[in-house]
Amino acid sequence: MQFREHTLDNGLEIVAECNDQAYSTAVGFFVKTGARDESDAIAGVSHFLEHMAFKGTTTRSADDVNREFDAMGADYNAFTAEEGTVYYAAVLPECQDRAVALLADILRPTLPPHDFDSEKQVILEEIFMHEDHPPFGAEEKCRATHFGSHPLARTILGTVESITDLTVDAMRAYLDRRYRPGNVALVGTGRIDFDALVSTASRCCASWVPLEAGRPAAAADSKAHFVAIQKETATQQYAVRMSDGPSAIDPDRYAAALLAMALGDDGGSRLYWELVDTGLAEHAALGHVDYEDAGLYVVHLSCDPDQTADNLQRVLDVVRQAESGGITEEELDQAKNKLSSRVVLSAERPLNRLSAVGTEWVVRGEYLSVRDVLDALAAVTPDHVARLLAKFPLSQGTTVTIGPLAELAPPK
Amino acid sequence: MAETTYSHSLANGLVLVAEPMAWLESAAFALMVPAGCVYDPAERSGLASFTCEMALRGAGPRDSRRFIGDLDNLGVHWNDSVSEAHTTFRGATLADNLPDALAIFADVVRRPHLPADQLEAGRQVMLQELRAVEDEPAQKVMIELRRRHYPRPWGRPPQGELDALEAIALDDVSGHFNQGFRPNGAVLAVAGRFDWARLRATVEALHGDWKPGAEPSIGEEPWARRHEHLPYDANQTQIGVSYPSVPYRHPDYFPAWGAVGVLSGGMSARLFTEVRERRGLCYSVYATYHYLRDRAGVFCYAGTNPERAQETLDVLLAELNRLARGVEAHELDRLKARIKSLLIMQQESSSARSAAIARDWYHLHRVRSLDELGGLVEGLTCESINAYLAEHPPGRFTVVTLGPRELEVPVAVP
Repeated sequence: MQFREHTLDNGLEIVAECNDQAYSTAVGFFVKTGARDESDAIAGVSHFLEHMAFKGTTTRSADDVNREFDAMGADYNAFTAEEGTVYYAAVLPECQDRAVALLADILRPTLPPHDFDSEKQVILEEIFMHEDHPPFGAEEKCRATHFGSHPLARTILGTVESITDLTVDAMRAYLDRRYRPGNVALVGTGRIDFDALVSTASRCCASWVPLEAGRPAAAADSKAHFVAIQKETATQQYAVRMSDGPSAIDPDRYAAALLAMALGDDGGSRLYWELVDTGLAEHAALGHVDYEDAGLYVVHLSCDPDQTADNLQRVLDVVRQAESGGITEEELDQAKNKLSSRVVLSAERPLNRLSAVGTEWVVRGEYLSVRDVLDALAAVTPDHVARLLAKFPLSQGTTVTIGPLAELAPPK
Repeated sequence: MAETTYSHSLANGLVLVAEPMAWLESAAFALMVPAGCVYDPAERSGLASFTCEMALRGAGPRDSRRFIGDLDNLGVHWNDSVSEAHTTFRGATLADNLPDALAIFADVVRRPHLPADQLEAGRQVMLQELRAVEDEPAQKVMIELRRRHYPRPWGRPPQGELDALEAIALDDVSGHFNQGFRPNGAVLAVAGRFDWARLRATVEALHGDWKPGAEPSIGEEPWARRHEHLPYDANQTQIGVSYPSVPYRHPDYFPAWGAVGVLSGGMSARLFTEVRERRGLCYSVYATYHYLRDRAGVFCYAGTNPERAQETLDVLLAELNRLARGVEAHELDRLKARIKSLLIMQQESSSARSAAIARDWYHLHRVRSLDELGGLVEGLTCESINAYLAEHPPGRFTVVTLGPRELEVPVAVP
């Protein structure tokens, strides 16, 4: 296992964790742009653009793009998040060059107007589908309420209005501004031929013209709120709860991941024993997610409407109890064992490693081996977790609930 | 490439089948017992899932907290599932912890406490899961489609029915356990890093004295209505279409499966291209092959807004009818490339491989090596697929829609 890095003259960074023992090769372009880089007028453009990337380039039609990926047997796709858009493919090692060249090409899409209009319908269907799917937009509503004026309040899909009104020109301007080489990293994992990776990137991406894309720093604006939305057609009641937590550059993020696992993993955690094992809730889980300048603990709850008020109180009681008493050494060890094993098992697939290596590089500009991550987890102590709970009190947060209930009182 | 698969039949009928993957740090297992939901009595639908839920609430020397705590500390990433024919426990962990993990699950399948004082909690878990499906229209339409595709009880959903779940008593649970959690008909599949002689000895020690039981018979009856609209208040209309196919062990399986790969496998496949890429009719459209031991089906899904649902159904059915006219060489070439990659990449996952060898053993009573599978896929030709399609064109469709408005199913569909 060897980490290699190289930067092209135009600023495109190329990094790879090279593993001669792997059967496959995973490559991806990590573009540092997402929902937080949008404005109201172009809400959802990052995600729509990610779809349009597969719709043709100066040398390939949309059919060509899909056929070429399939013809090399690639496991490929793309996704858009709040802070990044990732285009990836896992292929057999002999296809590395073709996969990188194809991915590089689709990062310069031509955005043909006919395909733009047709794909707009697909995006609208994705929004409708999302709204039909639990928790019926409660996550977005909670995010918007929790983050207030901070750009992480934005949603990835945009709205029916913003997508309907979006123009090709606006998308082209966004593409031109954000997909600059200094704002993109080419990442490889698995059986990578690094010299070939650099040479393919030089051939395919050297013409990309640098321009500072940037991302302004934003101030936190979180407040505690409780919002209840009625949706009469729902069967179950759903709740999403967000609290501030350590960011992606905060060394406390490992303690936060372990704390979330001990309190709210979907099996064997305090929330599990309190709410799921007892049959009081269908689902109750707490996770930690991190961003450049903010972090979140997110609770998801779904249950019978009649039990929602009591269950929300139980969730609050569980986190308050942790705030006052911390977690035990035994709970922490159990969380470490579980998380460490997941890290090791997941790393057996290059495609899984791609996501970890790429995110670390783009967000923190560093490389962490699996061993580094295991060491960081092992170093967390119960005192450390207690300090974290004092710094980011889990009992403070925003809750949005949606379901058949006309009204619901917040927990005390 | 892994060149060996080991198998060992215990005297009581349990089969241990294992494939070494020495390059991995992990080992994974799938333990299938013949306790699927087809054995649920009609008035106790959901019993298999309920029994599985109860079996995980303490077994052998562990109560439920110790059970989960020990698995967490061993770093076992595990799940349970109930299918038509089996209840299956799967897990993956670091190779050194495999014997301990197998011992814990031996307790689950042989010595569960099935605690009376947790019956109501278990029932609530089952009821919550059943209610949750009501909020998942895309999942619900496929459950209702499968229910109507196969003769009863083979299409029955493992989640069960409300009244039945409310009526299930502890005696029902222990009865189902005694009948279905038995070694004859059970398979334990292991893939990853292990020593075969030691694994075999471990499994003999854990399961050698397990007593076999009788295989119950299953009565069948066909479902009467093949087209149905279920009213549902939502933004989108859900469309499910299925047609019969051949099961995994059938000699025509690979040509039949190849045709479905051309229909829906990769983004250049026909359904994705024609329904989504060309017409923008929906976000999600796919066809998937599902098989039982003696029967199979191709299950197609699309979800779209009510205004365009009729066109979506029409295009979907037109593509199924077009498939009968055959596939082309370039389509087959891409399919082969995808499968070649998939098979090679399966060597990076002990979990995927253990699931595959368990499946093979159940359907074939042997394991197809990755080389053999590669050869079978490589041997597919347009002629073989098209000959199959000419003889078995997609037809006898079952159509289930879910949404605000009913759709018209063309008369050409019998």
